[in-house]
Amino acid sequence: MSTETPTSAIGDVEGVSPYGVDNPAPVIEPPRQRTGKTPKGSRTNFEMYAWLFMRLSGIVLVVLVIGHLLIQLVLDGGVSKIGFAFVAGRWASPFWQVWDLAMLWLAMLHGANGLRTVINDYAERDNTRFWLKMLLYTATVFTVLLGTLVIFTFDPNIR
Amino acid sequence: MPAGTLYRGREGMWSWVAHRVTGVLIFFFLFVHVLDTALVRVSPEAYDDVVATYKTPLVALLEYGLVAAILFHALNGLRIVAVDFWSKGARYQKQMLWTVLGIWIVLMVGALYPVLGHAVREVFGS
Ligand code: HEM
Ligand code: HEM
Repeated sequence: MSTETPTSAIGDVEGVSPYGVDNPAPVIEPPRQRTGKTPKGSRTNFEMYAWLFMRLSGIVLVVLVIGHLLIQLVLDGGVSKIGFAFVAGRWASPFWQVWDLAMLWLAMLHGANGLRTVINDYAERDNTRFWLKMLLYTATVFTVLLGTLVIFTFDPNIR
Repeated sequence: MPAGTLYRGREGMWSWVAHRVTGVLIFFFLFVHVLDTALVRVSPEAYDDVVATYKTPLVALLEYGLVAAILFHALNGLRIVAVDFWSKGARYQKQMLWTVLGIWIVLMVGALYPVLGHAVREVFGS
């Protein structure tokens, strides 16, 4: 423990405050204060909704994904029973179509948003960050559209 | 990349690292998984050929790893939700982490036979 008296403007927690009515402490601006100069893009609550979406989609995904793994890997012979005929049987039911569709969209959006955070954390150069995110968004849109198309156009009598 | 730092967190930091690593792994798997499932639009043979590789012993091991990643990410994700929304969440975060790991181990033991049983039979003969 150091016993020297603080030389900075910030007083000890238990010590006497150097500030008073006649000597007010300087105002510290909140670092993220929104001003007229704030770019339009950061005036929304996007990050808060993204944060909330991660938690809500996560709760739903627990049921969808663990249910999916149980069906595909555990029940009824596990992975051995999977094949074209098995998929045809499952997608004959609208229930499993909707299940797979919801799982596709939620998992892809949840994962893409998570990866956006990871890219923002580690890619420090503006250019690198921009292009990594473009790659991520392209791959995400492509995968979601392809998966949706496959569910809706599935044809059990393809041959 | 940030230069190496001396900060070595405790349980909270390592669970965060594991949550991040598993999340990224699952995302990459899902990308490939939608592509392989799309083969049902090509032909039954193309699909069955690729699924056949899913049934080999080596890939069964990868599937067990995927199950491990998903179960950890899912259980720890629920812990994160509890820390954020439950008034006592932050106070019990450590106890909840040990609960998560306990449930995870039980489920992983339970998944041993269903996921790896067929691989063991194939490698060591029925
Ligand atoms: C190794 C474990 C897995 C196996 C064997 C497996 C198997 C399958 C099969 C056979 C289908 C065809 C449709 C159906 O039967 O429902 C399918 C579709 C799907 N699976 Fe999995 N799955 C696995 C893991 C996962 C995981 C971990 C996720 C999520 C993160 C996932 C997400 C999906 C999605 C979104 C679809 C729909 C694809 C589309 O729209 O084309 N699967 N899976
Ligand atoms: C099974 C149910 C799941 C639950 C309960 C869950 C929960 C969560 C939560 C609460 C977060 C937020 C972390 C934060 O904001 O600090 C998160 C992050 C993340 N999740 Fe999930 N998740 C699930 C499934 C998935 C799936 C299927 C994927 C991949 C497609 C995924 C990929 C990610 C990624 C990449 C992150 C970002 C990690 C980070 O920023 O460190 N998650 N998850």
